Amino acid sequence: MQKTVEQIEQDLQRPTGRTQRAAERIEQDLLRPIFTTSGKYKVAVAVSGLLVLAGVAAFGYQLYTGIGVWGINSPVFWAFDITNFVFWIGISHAGTLISAILRLCNATWRRPVTRCAEAITVFSIVIGGLIPLCHIGRPWLGYWLIPYPNQRGIWPNFRSPLLWDFFAILTYLTGSTTFLYLPTIPDFAAIRDASTGFRKKICRILSLGWQGTPRQWQRLEIAMHIMAIAIVPVAVSVHTIVSWDFSMTLVPMWHSTIFGPYFVTGAIFSGIAALILAMALLRHFLHLEQYLTPLHFNNLGKLLLTMSLLWFYFTFCERLTTWYGNTPDEMAVFWQSIRLHFAPLFWTMVICNLIIPVPILSMKRFRTITGTAIASSTIIVGMWIERFLIIVPALDHKFLPFSWGVYRPTWVEDTLMASSFGMMALLYLLFSKAVPMISIWEMKVGLQPHGGGIITTAPAIAEPHGLVLEGPLPTDVPE
Amino acid sequence: MKVLYALYADPETAQRAVDALHAACSELNFDERQIVIISGEPHEGYDFADSHITRRPYGWAVFGAAIGAGCGYLLTTLTQRAYPIFTGGMPLSPMWTDGIIVYELTMLGAILTALITLLVGAKLPNFKGVIKDPEIWLGKILVGVADPLESSQQDVQECLLGAGAAEVKQFSGVSD
Repeated sequence: MQKTVEQIEQDLQRPTGRTQRAAERIEQDLLRPIFTTSGKYKVAVAVSGLLVLAGVAAFGYQLYTGIGVWGINSPVFWAFDITNFVFWIGISHAGTLISAILRLCNATWRRPVTRCAEAITVFSIVIGGLIPLCHIGRPWLGYWLIPYPNQRGIWPNFRSPLLWDFFAILTYLTGSTTFLYLPTIPDFAAIRDASTGFRKKICRILSLGWQGTPRQWQRLEIAMHIMAIAIVPVAVSVHTIVSWDFSMTLVPMWHSTIFGPYFVTGAIFSGIAALILAMALLRHFLHLEQYLTPLHFNNLGKLLLTMSLLWFYFTFCERLTTWYGNTPDEMAVFWQSIRLHFAPLFWTMVICNLIIPVPILSMKRFRTITGTAIASSTIIVGMWIERFLIIVPALDHKFLPFSWGVYRPTWVEDTLMASSFGMMALLYLLFSKAVPMISIWEMKVGLQPHGGGIITTAPAIAEPHGLVLEGPLPTDVPE
Repeated sequence: MKVLYALYADPETAQRAVDALHAACSELNFDERQIVIISGEPHEGYDFADSHITRRPYGWAVFGAAIGAGCGYLLTTLTQRAYPIFTGGMPLSPMWTDGIIVYELTMLGAILTALITLLVGAKLPNFKGVIKDPEIWLGKILVGVADPLESSQQDVQECLLGAGAAEVKQFSGVSD
């Protein structure tokens, strides 16, 4: 029995009819980037791919020649590589932590943001995890990093923070990947049903035969809730343990009790900045203007402002305590970074992390998409410098002046660093081609009366309002 | 598998269809477990969706966390005790540093158990006979009966139409 035209018109006038049209549009809008490829996308893939290739070439050269092609020396054994490691692990705090907290708080505006954020986390950890493999010089022996007992006569030292890193990063990578994958299963099923050929086959496997029964939805939501509860303390522990790589050693300005929270704060700070930047780019390139709205940037901008002030608070505490203690070994490092060799970098860091973003983010009229993206860009630069300034000045000015050294990065290290950014961009771009960057089913939940979409009129709800309440309905009439 | 089903525009009418099928199942000789409900998004606050609510996965996650903690403890303690190491009076198995690894493995245990619980509870992966209709992804809710008796198919159709469906469709059981 077919519906009459009158029935269809009635349906369209009822909220349910409008919701269905919105659901259809969400489906179309969010699947479109997967099935169509723009010229800009190809250019972005080419550029990031070239950066990755350059990194591969530099790494090949390093393997062939030896790790002496890096600028590291005695006493600066850690430099660009560990800076990159700490930086990328920090960036990884964007996604899972923010996404988990917003999920637990049931913040409805999180829906378009979470997947963008969770993807950043997974790719950042992967990149961060690759860097120690480069650093060890002989990556084919990388499996020696895995601590299994009494094999090959090597005894894992459970008292070493580097070993804690292994467990922390393993747990975080497993948790983040699961946290990203689980809510993607229904979307893979949607792609499976909308595609043909090879893509259909892949999505069939990745969707695990998802149907969408009430039992499956219910189990998925519980699993996501458990994951959100578990992942927050894991995320905090990961960067705390990364900070212990430094603070458990008796190196001037490293042996500090506030390094744990200082690192976690810095990680969340840089993570939010990376998220805002990624969202701004996705919004532009994938035409997600109706989904990633100014409200999201405004809310994340406020969070970024808070983190900027918190970062300054920790930096100030750290420096003030050192200055007040006035021990010669620590003051040598202190003055190196404030007034001497590293001063340009230090003040660039302060400008990038505080002087530029705070005025932009404190005024509502500047807390726009462009404003938050500019602030985020400077913060990314500032936070990379911050990681560098934590590591290098302390190492090249250790306790005994005769062992002081100077570190200068080489082109190999520069290339590897640039390549890590290229790899992040490339992985993100390829991911956006395989998976909707905004969860389709979660957006549809937002259209339900209790989901904060169609009934709620609060402007704070960041569902695609234009789509649901004001947007023009497509002219075609459904059968 | 053969499924007779109809698509409903909103959860209220889907709930009416489910109620009608529940009421008719003994008369039409099918089991309640043969009722199929599929949607493109979760629906809360309706009997058909809430009937599967359970707190059991939380308990399993805690159990998984305990297993993870036990593994962490055994890994750190047994390994270190097996070393022929002279520690100069320091504890052979230090509680503080071992605790960090035990903590990480506790969380890993909880995470992996949550994943396993989902897969088992949601019966995934399951590639056979995936029921699908493109309109599900456009917001419709599928309600139907799997493998109804030949004799009761007409009544099932009437049941589905009576709840407000526009038409009744049939899924032949061919997996994608």
